[in-house]
Amino acid sequence: MNPLQLCLVLSALLFSVGLGAALSRSHAILVLLGVELMLNAANLNFIAFWRYGPPTAPADGILFVIFSIAVAAAEAAVGLALVIAIYRHQKNIRLQEASKLKG
Amino acid sequence: MITAEQLWLIPLLPLLAAGLGALTPRRGLAVASGAAIAGLVGSFIVSCLALRTALAHPAEHAAYNFTWFALGDGAVRLGWLLDPLTAFMCVMVTFVGSLIFIFSLGYMKEDPNAARFFCFLSLFAAAMLGILISNSLLSLFVSWELVGLASYLLIGFWFHKPEAAAAAKKAFITTRIGDLGFLLGLVWLYDATGTLLLFDNGAGALEAPALGGMAAQVAMFGLPVTTGIGLLLFCGAVGKSGQFPLHVWLPDAMEGPTPVSALIHAATMVAAGVFLIARIYPLMAADLVMEAAPIHALTVVAFIGAITALMGAVIAVAQNDIKRILAFSTVSQLGYMMLAIGVGSWTAAIFHLLTHAFFKALLFLGAGSVIHAAHHEQDIRRLGGLKGHMKATFGTFAIGMMALAGVPFVFSGFWSKEAILHAAHEWDVSHLPLYAGLCAVVLTAFYMTRLMAETFFGKARTEEASHAHENSAVMTVPLVLLAICSILLGFLGTPAHPWLQSQLLGAEVEAHGIFEGAGLMILSIVLVGGGIGLGWFIYGRNLRAMATDKDPLERASPGLIAFLGKRLMFDELYAATAGRLNTFGAAFSDFMDRQVWGGLVNFTGRFGLFSGWFSRDTDEGGLNGGFDAGSAGLRGSGKFYSRRQSGDAHGYLRTVALGFVVLVIAVMLGGGW
Repeated sequence: MNPLQLCLVLSALLFSVGLGAALSRSHAILVLLGVELMLNAANLNFIAFWRYGPPTAPADGILFVIFSIAVAAAEAAVGLALVIAIYRHQKNIRLQEASKLKG
Repeated sequence: MITAEQLWLIPLLPLLAAGLGALTPRRGLAVASGAAIAGLVGSFIVSCLALRTALAHPAEHAAYNFTWFALGDGAVRLGWLLDPLTAFMCVMVTFVGSLIFIFSLGYMKEDPNAARFFCFLSLFAAAMLGILISNSLLSLFVSWELVGLASYLLIGFWFHKPEAAAAAKKAFITTRIGDLGFLLGLVWLYDATGTLLLFDNGAGALEAPALGGMAAQVAMFGLPVTTGIGLLLFCGAVGKSGQFPLHVWLPDAMEGPTPVSALIHAATMVAAGVFLIARIYPLMAADLVMEAAPIHALTVVAFIGAITALMGAVIAVAQNDIKRILAFSTVSQLGYMMLAIGVGSWTAAIFHLLTHAFFKALLFLGAGSVIHAAHHEQDIRRLGGLKGHMKATFGTFAIGMMALAGVPFVFSGFWSKEAILHAAHEWDVSHLPLYAGLCAVVLTAFYMTRLMAETFFGKARTEEASHAHENSAVMTVPLVLLAICSILLGFLGTPAHPWLQSQLLGAEVEAHGIFEGAGLMILSIVLVGGGIGLGWFIYGRNLRAMATDKDPLERASPGLIAFLGKRLMFDELYAATAGRLNTFGAAFSDFMDRQVWGGLVNFTGRFGLFSGWFSRDTDEGGLNGGFDAGSAGLRGSGKFYSRRQSGDAHGYLRTVALGFVVLVIAVMLGGGW
């Protein structure tokens, strides 16, 4: 396998681990962790395609990932704030119980 | 033979141990601790080999640089640096660290989470060694922050105690204030020189071409660029090394387990700031050629150091917790080191750093031994009479105390402190730092005598103290080894044979007779004697009989001692200024959010509502009938979809994942797009 394929396999594994965590955990923070893992798998793909794919402008891949990391950081802050708000409301953060907004 | 190229082995071994420790389950203490100790001992051996290489050519800064990644036309380069400064520091950190790891085996053996403890200790050691070997300020900064993280984790190791959790947060946030300055300094340095490498065959930031270019530029108010950069980098050192005014976190850091206090908050991490300034000394000193500059970076360093040295010693006089006294003495000694760099003798600072690491680690481990034996009693008023029960601890602690106080000729602290005082004496800008240093000499001898007298002499004042007994060999042997080093190390750098200074500078330092400048030496010997004598006169002669008796000084001047006991009210001051400012900012944001932005949103909402009413009225008048049928259909589908909206986040996630899988299958069957 060439390095690109190795990177893609690694990121697929990372994505699967993240998806598994997000689907199987009931603890909201662990679900957030899973989401972060999936996001980082996507970042890894960006870098891998930029590094091993057809040549592009010098820093495209890195800049894309830096943006994506910045967005992820903001998203994590919002997510954790939501977790804290949910915790204050229902005194635990089990996702199954956070269903007050259902239709 | 270890050259600069293989230097990464030194931090790698503890890092591997930390990884292994992180993967071992809770009950795997033997694996985690074994890996930690083996890793650090291994890097001690590598460090010794590196020291041998470095001493073969002490004047050479052997650097190995490589490209981390290229970005556009530029490249970010990192490197390792091997010179005597790096090598001596690595040997010291790994040696003291190994002894403290071994001591921790005894100290933490009853803690259920000890495996995690050893994992954090190894992580700390790896990061600290990373700082030492870096030839790039970038990798130095990364390791610097990792060290901060390890310190946070270890101070808060007993996070179920609210004080420990608060102390960990305080340490992290306070040092972060200094680190912000450090980061700005890095950015500025990169802007000014285009490199963060220290040595790079003439192109590094610490080499003559770059320094000459920067020192000639004026940034603002007549300040050369190097002064600005130097002072910003110094901010980082102020935070990490507990210098005034960011010293407040260091005493609180004593909430962590005692081996942590010994390793991180006395011997190694807090010395990282001193190491940094010594490492970039050419940059700090570059503005000295500009006679006309309004202020020189090193002058600021010297005065901050002098203030810290005096302030730490003054506050230590009125503390009652054995670890707090030692913590403030650490603050004071770090002040001495900064003072030495400021007055132009970074070799004296490193000499004191090395000797201090040994005797302060010894004192903290001795304190740990006392605390362990006395069932976690830390208040010296409630101890007493331990001399008979704990002979090994008493003997080694006494050696450490005499080294710290600077008892002449035999103990290492005397020689390194003398070197600093001599350097301060020869500084031609001002003699105020010298006077501050001399005052701190008396106070140091005084409070250490008080600590010894109250802890070890007299008779036990509480149940805990009377039941204390000596600890096992795993705890006493490190004490004995450290005590031996606390004595021998001083002879590496006596004025008659300044071997260490010559190696560090890479040039022969002229040897003086032992008694050259004897006036100052006699003065400081008299001051040490006076401090010990005074301490014995006030505390040793008639020891308190009860734990609740008032302190003699407190009887004489209760207001002053209470003020000192509260550490000059720095915490209260910061709570009243920075803390209040933060609270105000939070309240302001809250107001803006609720009233102003919320008002805007509500206004928009009202406006929508109003136009809704308006539309309804026009609607109901005419268009209703035709839409009723369509609405019924929509309502039906709405109901259908609202049932899918179950409120179960996992349900949504499953649907998304399922859709994703379907998409992937479709793409694969379709043979791509």
